[in-house]
Amino acid sequence: MTIIKTKNLTKKFKDLLAVDDVNLEVEEGECFGLLGPNGAGKTSLIRMITAVSPPTRGDIWVLGKDLRTHSRQVKAVLGVVPQLDNLDPDLTVLQNLTTFARYFDIPKNEARRRSIEVLSLFRLEDKHNSHISELSGGMKRRLLLARSLINMPKIMILDEPTIGLDPQTKYLVWRKLTELKSQGVTQLLCTQNMEEATVLCDRVAIMHQGRILSLGTPRELISRYVGSGIWEIEVNSDERDKVVKELESHRLDFEDTEGKIYVFHAEANEPVIGIASFLERARRRPATLEDVFFRLTGRSLIE
Amino acid sequence: MNKLFSRVLAWYDKYIGVSWRFIRVWQRNRDVFLRLWHSEAPGFVAEPIIIILAMGLGLGAYVGLVDGEKYIEFIAPGIIASYAMFSASFECTYGSFVRMEYQKTHDAILATPLNADDVTAGEIFWGATRSFLTGTVILIIAAAFQLVHSPWALLIPLLSFLEGILFAAIAMLFTSIVPSMYSFNYYFTLFVTPMFFFSGVFFPLSSFPELVQNLSWIVPLTPVVQLTRALINGKLQLDLLWALALIIALTILFFSVSLFTMRRRLTV
Repeated sequence: MTIIKTKNLTKKFKDLLAVDDVNLEVEEGECFGLLGPNGAGKTSLIRMITAVSPPTRGDIWVLGKDLRTHSRQVKAVLGVVPQLDNLDPDLTVLQNLTTFARYFDIPKNEARRRSIEVLSLFRLEDKHNSHISELSGGMKRRLLLARSLINMPKIMILDEPTIGLDPQTKYLVWRKLTELKSQGVTQLLCTQNMEEATVLCDRVAIMHQGRILSLGTPRELISRYVGSGIWEIEVNSDERDKVVKELESHRLDFEDTEGKIYVFHAEANEPVIGIASFLERARRRPATLEDVFFRLTGRSLIE
Repeated sequence: MNKLFSRVLAWYDKYIGVSWRFIRVWQRNRDVFLRLWHSEAPGFVAEPIIIILAMGLGLGAYVGLVDGEKYIEFIAPGIIASYAMFSASFECTYGSFVRMEYQKTHDAILATPLNADDVTAGEIFWGATRSFLTGTVILIIAAAFQLVHSPWALLIPLLSFLEGILFAAIAMLFTSIVPSMYSFNYYFTLFVTPMFFFSGVFFPLSSFPELVQNLSWIVPLTPVVQLTRALINGKLQLDLLWALALIIALTILFFSVSLFTMRRRLTV
């Protein structure tokens, strides 16, 4: 069943087209990844889906309900983890959660019970009475995740949930998200961490300049755009032309960057590269989602 | 029928959109206030007492009777009205702006079943509650100094609350359009402070030239001061209903406009 659906979704700011005609369908129970460089429109898209930002054009349905007319009902079943910390610094850790629960009309006792429960889920049981300013960056992020579960959401919307976290915390978060998915919680995850997308996401969409360039399972995208293996060839400027000519003569799919040449679909090119002159400078490695990302969105900085 | 209902609902959400849920924002601000009140509330009480005493007794010694009252009696109602105004104005400028821009509290709330209008209404009613508290406390102090002469004064807390909605809404409107917190200097030096001096708090409006008198009537603090004074000295007249009507009309106007401008600010 489709749980989130957008049709011709467009967001225009003054002279910037942040989201350009996006049609998206997220299935119930899946973890759907939105990948893209800074400014790709991921956050704008998410803000529209969470009913915080009205679309310039297009429609959104969540759980079959039109978001324009049912924003309150929809938001009642969403768990949103924002990119930037918006915890309430005027309140303690526990009050942050009970106050948030009150926004969802959760009765007082139940709110307290759930708050304690989600705090221990994210190993914050010792911090009930701490102030937000006393928490480390990692604790704040765990608290944001805990807060997003206070209404037992059907859908979680996560904007870069592990950005800036140490590996221990990152793995804790990944484990919890995997657990929640196995309990049937749908997840829409914005990330720039390709490993995270590979580990967590059933399907990913790669977004660039407001559009979705490609969509599929991580494995599908890798085999479609770069193949399962990649040859990396270190070249200096004298040899570059020669190597490029050789690759062209074999009609190989490759990309010439400043320091290295990447040859894609290594599995199919094994015989050719096996006899190439640059063999000793070439290294074969498995392809990742990051390679797909670079192929689709380019290597240069995007401002 | 169902379709019509959902269209009405959509229309309401689009153009009015305040629900009872605004109370959740009010509760949040109340909780924080109850935790931190000792860090700011005493100032809001100490200052008006100092002004009543210094101006009332000090300056009052040189001023004869004003409209048949001792000077200290004359200024007490204006001080109540002014400090009630200050409370809502500070709360819904600096206070709301910090919550909106620095703490991102409103952003967090928007991810829950509350919408932007609930947030705005919650902020405004909280600002009004601050006015109510300030007005009530100063009234009690004025009564302790035997400056209150009519049982009608029991209505003053209610009037302070209504006044609070008005000034909170005006402040909220300003908050929704300023680029930074520094802009509030303009709000206070060019709008709030002049009102303090030109609304008949310290001297009757009749002491001003005609032009200033007419301008004073545009300023929303003037009718509030008039009403507060009448409730304290018991000299109620029918034309005070015009003052009340003016306050209510301005409140509805600024409340509606601030809902609109805040929605634009919060949901970009």
